[in-house]
Amino acid sequence: MNRFLEFVKKEFYHIWRDKKTLLVLFGMPPILILLFGFAISNEIKNAPIAILDNSKDEVTQKISEKLLSSGYFILYENLDSYNQIEDIFRLGKVKQVIIFETNFAYKLNSEMHANIQIISDASDPNTANTLLNYTSKIVMDYNLEINNNAKMPFVINTELKMRYNENTKSAYMFVPGLITIILMLVAAMMTSISITREKELGTMEILLASPMKPIQIIIAKVCPYLLLGLVDAIIILLLGVFVFNVPIKGSLVLLFAVGMLFITTSLSLGILISSVTSSQQIALMISLMGLMLPTMLLSGFIFPIANMPLALQLFTHLIPAKWFNIIIKDIMLKGSGFFDLWKEILILIGFTTFFILVSLKKFKIRL
Amino acid sequence: MNNEFSIEVEHLSKHFGSFRAVDDISFNVKKGEIFGFLGANGAGKSTAMKMLCGLSKPSAGKAKIAGFDIYKDTEKIKKSIGYMSQKFSLYDDLNLKENIQFYAGIYGLNNNLITHKTNELISKFGLENSAKKLLREMPLGWKQKLAFSVAVIHSPEIVFLDEPTGGVDPITRRQFWELIYEAADSGVTVFVTTHYMDEAEYCQRISMMNAGKIVALGSPNELKNSYSADNMDEVFQKIARGN
Repeated sequence: MNRFLEFVKKEFYHIWRDKKTLLVLFGMPPILILLFGFAISNEIKNAPIAILDNSKDEVTQKISEKLLSSGYFILYENLDSYNQIEDIFRLGKVKQVIIFETNFAYKLNSEMHANIQIISDASDPNTANTLLNYTSKIVMDYNLEINNNAKMPFVINTELKMRYNENTKSAYMFVPGLITIILMLVAAMMTSISITREKELGTMEILLASPMKPIQIIIAKVCPYLLLGLVDAIIILLLGVFVFNVPIKGSLVLLFAVGMLFITTSLSLGILISSVTSSQQIALMISLMGLMLPTMLLSGFIFPIANMPLALQLFTHLIPAKWFNIIIKDIMLKGSGFFDLWKEILILIGFTTFFILVSLKKFKIRL
Repeated sequence: MNNEFSIEVEHLSKHFGSFRAVDDISFNVKKGEIFGFLGANGAGKSTAMKMLCGLSKPSAGKAKIAGFDIYKDTEKIKKSIGYMSQKFSLYDDLNLKENIQFYAGIYGLNNNLITHKTNELISKFGLENSAKKLLREMPLGWKQKLAFSVAVIHSPEIVFLDEPTGGVDPITRRQFWELIYEAADSGVTVFVTTHYMDEAEYCQRISMMNAGKIVALGSPNELKNSYSADNMDEVFQKIARGN
């Protein structure tokens, strides 16, 4: 036991004295949270638009007012002619141009219909789509409003409810997602680097020649990262709950238990990586390309898995982070319990056992 | 079994596929002896040494280290040996005290003994002022002397030194050898690989390896006589040329 504690103490010296490690451990989580929380947001507010009003009557005035008071748009410029549209888009000053046809109010009253043209800058298709939806909704609302005066014969009303995230806040998506990413980063990348460092320096040989068993060495090396991973998860949870008001509806105990499970999964991946290479550089590259990239792209954190081609969807089953992302989201947002999630949890346990067995085997062969 | 020997090796071999890195070597090392294990790079020295330390399994042959079998008793062997590799073996980002404590700790010394040994080592080298300095701030020569002292901190029966003096100047090498003599005087068996031929003269007995086989074995004087050479360098040259 004494041996083990001495070893863990030594690991903490390594971590404490390396600025880069400390930065990744304690700088990364808050920075990522704040970046995702404030800078990278898929909610759009105050998008600059331009209006070309060829009619300038009370109806077009009213619609414009409605658009601009919605909070989604701010008026960049009132245009006078079609020629200006191309230029203003080219300059990148506006995201959307709204064009009312001539004699808008007159046509609406006499011919019962009038046209609004919406042109969006689709060089960023997601934003263009979202803005288009906002505009159509506002125009539809106005449409309903004036129709209430002159009763329509048949109307189908749709009532929307966004369950588990009523205001479709992106924090609900990125807080659990970031926990997944950071745990993967800390547990897998940092351990693989710390073990390969020992190999690179030649100290691993000394350790293996000592009475400590290989398995003890590995456990002592990953132990600090298990703790630090938990600390990081707690930091993110606290920031998520108190800064972005993300709820934790399910059981905290279950949340921490699966958190530990996923850290173990990642640690075993880290050990696996360090058993195939003895260079820190290569370990870093494998961690980034082989773990971080798929975790970011294919775990459903940023891109919805349902939108992927079938082959890729099947491939995501192999990404442990995908399963953890489902589990943690369901616990936090839906309040799911163990019996709702046992399948996903079992899959994670399966992955972990597999990785541990393979890395143990590799470690033995090397000796 | 014979208690006179710390290391007994019989027909030991290690094959990697069809390549015989170590090819049927046999030798004994007496207790308290300084045994030089010489050979050019790639002659199989490190592979042989790794087998003796329990870091690698032999393909064939027998060996006993401190009386323990290298197939069955690797755990016991590891407790009885110290090991210092050609790469510098202490941690650069730990200070001297922490390094000593760590290695003494993983060899299972109790806390009282660790404190005692730490203080003893620090005062022996007069490093009271540097005990809290990170090791990376110390000169290479110091680091190597400290690495050796740490390798024998648990008073092992045998210490294995793999090219311990690589890259240091002759004066520091001389000082390093004084430490080795001191350890040998206190009864530690020293098994050292080197390719500095002047160092070979410091050993009581040496073996020379070439292409996985031991081609010469004896005291430096015996070897010089049988190859009618003036110094070890010449002996080595003659062996390498194959006469």
